[in-house]
Amino acid sequence: MRLILAFVLALLLNACAGPQLRGTGDLGLVIERASGHVTLVNTTARQPYARIAGLGDLSHASAVYSRDGRYAYIFGRDGGLTKVDLLAEKIVKRVIQSGNAIGGSISQDGRIVVAQNYAPGGIKAFDAETLELLAEVPAEYAPGQFSKVVGLADVPGNKFAYALFDGGEIWVTDFSNPRAPTTRRYPAGQQPYDGLVTPDGRHYMAGLFGEDGVALLDLWQPEKGARKILENYGRGQEKLPVFKMPHLRGWSVAQGKAYLPAIGRHEVLVVDVATWQEVGRIPVRGQPVFVMARPDGRQVWVNFAFPDNGRIDVIDTPSGKVVHRMDPGKGILHMEFAPRGENVWLSARDDNKVVIYDTENFARIGEIPAASPSGIFFTSRATRIGF
Amino acid sequence: MSASNFVFGLFLLSTAALGLVRPAIAGEPAPARQKELVHLVRQDCGSCHGMTLNGGLGPALLPETLRDKPVEGLVATIYYGRPGTPMPPWKQFMSEAEAAWIVDKLMTKFPQ
Repeated sequence: MRLILAFVLALLLNACAGPQLRGTGDLGLVIERASGHVTLVNTTARQPYARIAGLGDLSHASAVYSRDGRYAYIFGRDGGLTKVDLLAEKIVKRVIQSGNAIGGSISQDGRIVVAQNYAPGGIKAFDAETLELLAEVPAEYAPGQFSKVVGLADVPGNKFAYALFDGGEIWVTDFSNPRAPTTRRYPAGQQPYDGLVTPDGRHYMAGLFGEDGVALLDLWQPEKGARKILENYGRGQEKLPVFKMPHLRGWSVAQGKAYLPAIGRHEVLVVDVATWQEVGRIPVRGQPVFVMARPDGRQVWVNFAFPDNGRIDVIDTPSGKVVHRMDPGKGILHMEFAPRGENVWLSARDDNKVVIYDTENFARIGEIPAASPSGIFFTSRATRIGF
Repeated sequence: MSASNFVFGLFLLSTAALGLVRPAIAGEPAPARQKELVHLVRQDCGSCHGMTLNGGLGPALLPETLRDKPVEGLVATIYYGRPGTPMPPWKQFMSEAEAAWIVDKLMTKFPQ
């Protein structure tokens, strides 16, 4: 009897010891900017499950995912590019690819990871598998003059669109041949500060800091060049000071409209994406930084630059009005919606935690400790154009 | 000189030294305020200049990059901003003396 019991027990133990299979669709990571850590999180359990050290200077960091959602590519301020395995909970590979980086992107086919750099200004392409350098495109907009690169976005055709802050241009680089990319240039306007591609991959927009307006390039008809929309939205009025640059991504598009931060105005600008005409502006409680639509587009959540960075305003898209205002913590740097938007995770940098809210009733439903958290990135980005 | 005289001499010297330094210290923000200013520089100036002050969209703010720049110009840049660039004026959040203290710290060794 005892022998049989022991045998059964051994069998059970063996079953437990086998590799636990799991998917990656409900995983993600939180950047801990001050200490070079990332905390890996599970959006179903709404809990952290691992913490990884050694990612260098993450003071301005972002992440993109392999298309299977298993690997995160994290771009750090110090030019570090780190590939993290979310299942094995470890760093797979890490390279220092530049002196000063701002972010990156992954190609349509998932094979090329591209970093955008401030110094030396330009982009660099890496093999997503090995992080081997494939090609480099210096942002030399005039002989000997290199621009900081902003707003890098993957677009269909294994291309990448990006903007040159100092050069005032939009560039589109085609990586069909990863080791010999070709680049086209389009004049955009003064000081593009960030860019986005619409969720269908057709239009690239670069927000302009040096003038009121947004440069728009139709990637289906690039020969027409970039044109300006939202021109003179400030109407010559004196701008309020901007204490942090807004960030743009395809999350701004909801229900046929793009919701964009105004520069130097405490407003969200609303543009009809069929006509590209301004159709509204919504007053909010500060200089918007992230203007992010819930995945279903019913709500748009807005956070703000210093000194209003403890606030969140929630816009209801059908009425175009702020329907909820809250102060969820100190230094709200970033937000990320659960894949289908039932809750939203907010980084409260100076509270050293990530706070989680129900997006229907705005109740706080959880929190996760994190040291000086900034960006939150869920694997649901893996399948989206421009993320 | 006897030992006690020597010690007294040292005492005089040190108070004299303190006296010399005092005018500069008078302009120093209180310790709690210093902490706030350091946090402001690292976190909020850091959004453009980098938390480690190595630069980003804005230039690096390290002693070696600032060394050749006139102090008054740097203080004015913080306090009034720099039109034509993204650098905004920070005067609603600090006094000119506090801006000068920040410049002094940036040019030597900025606290963590």
